[in-house]
Amino acid sequence: MTDDYMDFHEALTAFEPVLGLETHVELGTASKMFCSCPTAFGAPANTQVCAVCLGLPGSLPVVNGVAVESTIRMGLALHCDIASWCRFARKNYFYPDMPKDYQVSQYDEPLCTNGYLDVTVATDEGPRNFRVEIERVHMEEDTGKLTHAGGDTGRIHGADYSLVDYNRAGIPLIEIVTKPIVGTGSLAPVVARAYVTELRDLMRSLGVSDVRMEEGSLRCDVNVSLSPAGEPWGTRSETKNVNSLRSVERAVRSEIERQAAVLTEGGRVVQETRHFHEDTGRTTSGRSKEHAEDYRYFPEPDLVPVAPDGAWIERLRSELPEIPSVRRARMQTEWGISDFEMQALVNIDAVELVAGTVAAGVDPSAARKWWTGELARVANERGVDLASLPVTPATIHRIEELIASGALTDSLARRALEGVLAGEGDVDQVVSARGLTLVSDDSSLLAAIDTALAEQPDVAEKIRSGKVQAAGAIVGAVMKATKGQADAAKVRTLLFERLGVAE
Amino acid sequence: MAIDGPDLTRQSAATLADAISSGEVSAEEVTRAHLDRIDSVDGAVHAFLHVDRDAALATARAVDAKRSSGAALGPLAGVPIAVKDVLTMAGLPTTCGSRVLEGWRPPYDSTVVERLRAADMVILGKTNMDEFAMGSSTEHSAYGPTRNPWDLERIPGGSGGGSAAALAAFEAPLAIGTDTGGSIRQPAAVTGTVGVKPTYGGVSRYGLVALASSLDQAGPCARSVGDSALLHATIAGHDPRDSTSIDAPVPDVVAAAALGDVRGMRIGLVRELSGEGYQSGVQQLFQRAVEILTNLGADVVEVGCPNFEYALAAYYLILPSEASSNLARFDGMRYGLRVGDDGQASVEDVMSLTREQGFGAEVKRRIMLGTYALSSGYYDAYYGQAQKVRTLIARDFANAFEKVDVLVSPTAPTTAFKIGEKVDDPIAMYLNDIATIPVNLAGNCAMSLPIGLALEDGLPVGLQIMAPALADDRLYRVGSALEQALVDAWGHLLIEEVPSL
Repeated sequence: MTDDYMDFHEALTAFEPVLGLETHVELGTASKMFCSCPTAFGAPANTQVCAVCLGLPGSLPVVNGVAVESTIRMGLALHCDIASWCRFARKNYFYPDMPKDYQVSQYDEPLCTNGYLDVTVATDEGPRNFRVEIERVHMEEDTGKLTHAGGDTGRIHGADYSLVDYNRAGIPLIEIVTKPIVGTGSLAPVVARAYVTELRDLMRSLGVSDVRMEEGSLRCDVNVSLSPAGEPWGTRSETKNVNSLRSVERAVRSEIERQAAVLTEGGRVVQETRHFHEDTGRTTSGRSKEHAEDYRYFPEPDLVPVAPDGAWIERLRSELPEIPSVRRARMQTEWGISDFEMQALVNIDAVELVAGTVAAGVDPSAARKWWTGELARVANERGVDLASLPVTPATIHRIEELIASGALTDSLARRALEGVLAGEGDVDQVVSARGLTLVSDDSSLLAAIDTALAEQPDVAEKIRSGKVQAAGAIVGAVMKATKGQADAAKVRTLLFERLGVAE
Repeated sequence: MAIDGPDLTRQSAATLADAISSGEVSAEEVTRAHLDRIDSVDGAVHAFLHVDRDAALATARAVDAKRSSGAALGPLAGVPIAVKDVLTMAGLPTTCGSRVLEGWRPPYDSTVVERLRAADMVILGKTNMDEFAMGSSTEHSAYGPTRNPWDLERIPGGSGGGSAAALAAFEAPLAIGTDTGGSIRQPAAVTGTVGVKPTYGGVSRYGLVALASSLDQAGPCARSVGDSALLHATIAGHDPRDSTSIDAPVPDVVAAAALGDVRGMRIGLVRELSGEGYQSGVQQLFQRAVEILTNLGADVVEVGCPNFEYALAAYYLILPSEASSNLARFDGMRYGLRVGDDGQASVEDVMSLTREQGFGAEVKRRIMLGTYALSSGYYDAYYGQAQKVRTLIARDFANAFEKVDVLVSPTAPTTAFKIGEKVDDPIAMYLNDIATIPVNLAGNCAMSLPIGLALEDGLPVGLQIMAPALADDRLYRVGSALEQALVDAWGHLLIEEVPSL
């Protein structure tokens, strides 16, 4: 069955969206949530496992204190209340990626509750702020990873066999759940994206996770419902495991367009989970949630309650780093740029890249120029995030250094960057491999000048007679002859010297 | 203590340890004597599921070598021990008495086993039990029942019938049991042996295959109070791998057993754990034991624990709830039995067939009960209410322990019943644990020790001593005093009267 879609703006004239976002993030702890196994990504399957994370009979969990601390810091940064006493719970269901056939999570006693996160989105009328309210932040363990072989859906049903890697089982996760987000209208997709971006930046600034989205360390369940203005909220769909900022935006947009078509045709939105497809930007039906699965939650009897000491919480609060929105305001002042210019950096996710480049010693306006110009264009062409380009603040710093020393001209610098982007190595490697060195040897430049003058005797004559503006043609010819690897100003000076003409 | 008589299997653990340490006998001789005894009687008793002859002898020889080298030996070095098959031990299967784990060899030692090894004890093998410790007779073992050495037609109690029978049959001088609702104490009572359920958190649960995590506790099984204390001290103490393990010094149970003095102690008789349902021989011996304690200088009073009435009902909601979750992992995916994997069957089918064939009737009954009790819409009425009862029972204990130092009751309402007598009547079976369950719910500690043979059937009767959490030493102080008075009267421990097999 293919879904129908209504035009996005048409959909939003008829309906108001309500969003809800549940974000799972792998914490950057060295060891797992309940055992001492390492958490490094990419190890061979089932090599980072032990009796505990394999759920072997008799094994027992022990809570990772760093994970609790990270969750509390995240809760504090989100302005949450921190529970003085809370417990883990078991979520019971049978699935082969879960070694114990229950997941240790938190249920009705989350560690952090009732917070908020402010986000800013660009509109035609300028930046607009939204306060996204946070319902809860809780801790849980990740499951193993299933790979289904054979079959055509890539899912467990119809697969010839399935492989399971328990390296991921027991990795600490925090789940951040928003309250229903209302009143966003046609900004719903960008608000969703801005929220996840802000959350990601917050976690990075706290150092609780490096949020490697390409490794699936941040996954978002996107809940969307539509209802006509003033009517009670509609039935929601839940698009599971959306794992990039761009996909979050697209998933919201697609669900608005799909549900609007269903509702307009007099249909009923089915309460279900849905899968998002990167290639089409659309979602397909997953598991029905009309008859909710009964997870038989109960307090995890193998663990004692978590009861963080009040003084400890206050110490963690006092040690929180500058949060991203405050940091951005400070950067904006330091760089002397407008709201609009700052928002442009936020939109392409370049704030930290520019900040890093400035920190490396590059002038703020030069740093901005590189990231918003050439690099943004290439990222856009390639359909990737700026941060995924093989260019770092150090790259830009080196290029600027070479320009300042006179070793590279602007044009040579662009060609050096092009080489770095093509994966040819770092700046110095590209400069050397491509031979991007300035021809500064006077004798070879003079030889090139002589050749150009000989080829264009009429131009030579004009210059001698004082028409200095004619010099451009000779300089151009020299630049061409040296494949651009000459300093044009120097060529010009040498040219006038050669002809004995004053500039 | 010198070896008393020619038979090494009739000695106390303390005597054996002294004899090995002094060089009077070698650990290897002691181990061989017990392995020979197992060979000759275990066909009839069936206390063991696995015997590790080679490893036991190797350990014994290592102890002898250690002694020869002049190294100091621990208080139980070279003493053989049997371990209930619910604790993991690398090198031997751990089945929990279930088909679903048949052949599973854990890759790691439980903390208890680790401590036994560290104490240079000789682990003979793993003992039989009701499947996943669910039962009071060991009849629910998938590998056949264990028989009571006092009468082979009778049950040895459960779930730890194998460990208790191994002691009563002189196959091992010490054993490890686990007690979720009485599985150490009730087998001790019906086999004329001593069993202690330590304070919850007193002995690490790491490597104890969970039945009900909030109730399970491993503890010592022995033929005397003194031997029990030595084993208790060996296995108890904080373990960072078990979050529920108590990080506090272990009460000095060995000193308390040596003291054995109840003068000035206040002892409470639990009013609710007497009367109807208790066999007359059990009641008579209990009353006589109380008289002995009074004569020894204890101040005995009656104490009411009104909420104990609800203990059994609460227990049979909390235990199945936790068990239904703890036993979910036995799904045929990673280890143990796998049924129906024909290349076509779905994951769900294989899980379902494995559990259908791998679990016995009692296990399925409790998984279903627990699944129901935790279900949405029923949770508050069942699991939630049961937890409130649990709080009330803990409060009853707290109130009682304001008035007295320990409480006493019969351990079990009856002596050992016949194999097959109650196996099809779950409620009759559950009632065996009516006196032992409150302690598990409250998390404090208790001991059962033998107080005589019932007049009507000549079978052993046990007395239960209950003490507050972390006051395990009081059990030993009272138990030792009572045991000494009885030995003075009889001229020997009760176990000496067990018929020869």
